[in-house]
Amino acid sequence: MPGKTHVQTIINGEHVDFLCEPRQSLLECLRDIIGLTGSKEGCNDGNCGACTVEMDGRIVTSCLVLGVEAEGSEIGTIEGVASGSTLHPIQQAFLEGAALQCGICTPGFIVASKSLLEQNPNPTEHEIRFWLANNLCRCTGYDKIIRAVQEAAGRMQEATV
Amino acid sequence: MKWVDYASPHSVREAVDLLAERGDDARMLAGGTDILVLLRGGLPAKLVVDVKDIPELNEITYDPTAGLTLGAAVPCYRVYGNAAVSNAYPGLIDAASLIGGTQIQGRASIGGNLCNAAPSGDSIPVLIALEAKANIAGPQGTRQVAVEDFCTAPRQTVLKRGEIVTSIHLPPPAPRTGARYLRFIPRNEMDIAVAGVGVSVALDNGSFSAARIALASVAPTPLFVTEAGEALVGQPVNDASVQKAAEIARDAARPITDMRGTIEYRKHLCEVLTRRALNTAIERAKEG
Repeated sequence: MPGKTHVQTIINGEHVDFLCEPRQSLLECLRDIIGLTGSKEGCNDGNCGACTVEMDGRIVTSCLVLGVEAEGSEIGTIEGVASGSTLHPIQQAFLEGAALQCGICTPGFIVASKSLLEQNPNPTEHEIRFWLANNLCRCTGYDKIIRAVQEAAGRMQEATV
Repeated sequence: MKWVDYASPHSVREAVDLLAERGDDARMLAGGTDILVLLRGGLPAKLVVDVKDIPELNEITYDPTAGLTLGAAVPCYRVYGNAAVSNAYPGLIDAASLIGGTQIQGRASIGGNLCNAAPSGDSIPVLIALEAKANIAGPQGTRQVAVEDFCTAPRQTVLKRGEIVTSIHLPPPAPRTGARYLRFIPRNEMDIAVAGVGVSVALDNGSFSAARIALASVAPTPLFVTEAGEALVGQPVNDASVQKAAEIARDAARPITDMRGTIEYRKHLCEVLTRRALNTAIERAKEG
């Protein structure tokens, strides 16, 4: 039986080293080894997006990445989205717009939405819906989520004017 | 997933040696969006060989005279994020931008989509239409296989023990050519094609000088319908010639009835999608 592998990463801006089995997903490593339980396991096969994290500037489903593949990577998780006790505008808009019910899908939606608004600060509804097609919500329907992303986009643009 | 070992070779030689030595015990990992799901589902493997650290599998090389060499592990977002490739091969971009969703496109590669050899693989029909070839490296050296000859059965390919696809080559787009991939799914995103159609056309003075048509999800492998493309050659570009080719594609489809659609439904889709894909490819050819 092979041993564990030493993996070096930067997670939410900090150097994080961990030991994992090669079969373990990045999601398992984040939750069970590193203790970052904000990323959720929904389907564990890449369909639901609840485990979405940013990896080297691009969002991925962390259930479909092995922990060992993260060697040398920069990872961004939901835990890195707020600045201390100040929520990110997307988080604030989700709260105010009640864009969540059970909350399991929410970290994935927020990480994915943040990545969208960084690339495209003023997306159309169509662009938001297609960008978020890899994130499933079984409670709210999607309208409140889409409106929250639009609201956050507006506020973020105002803040940069 | 059961215990596996992990290797990340840094050269094609190293990867080929490992895969040749370990045979079916070893599985290749590029984007991982198919293989990790299969491994969790019980696909036997003792070693995962991650090919993403091999430089040549990560390169995109485009030259207007030599064409495109697309490293087998290049994720979809880098394909459609490349302006030169997007301009030269809009038909390829149709496929690269609808495989999975945003997160999947951050990992999944066209090379992996081909090697996964699903009958529904979204990139494969348009690769066939664009006359793509798979560059293969193995213990006996390198060889090239046309994409239409690559898949042999569901999830089976021509790859022999120790062989890997290093890149996919597409010839340069000639003037007045156009291509298109279209699929039908019951929702807008994130689904497996009920049927898919990839086409390419070349125009000359209001007639077709060449055409290639291939189908997804209607046979055990992606299906190259040579006779549908040949029927267009020399014909004027009009609704009647396009409809004739669409009917040939429909008649060539050999689908099964399953949870995604019936035989009759899928054959009908082949006709409609072929007609629509040809019409867009013709528009693109007129612009090009």
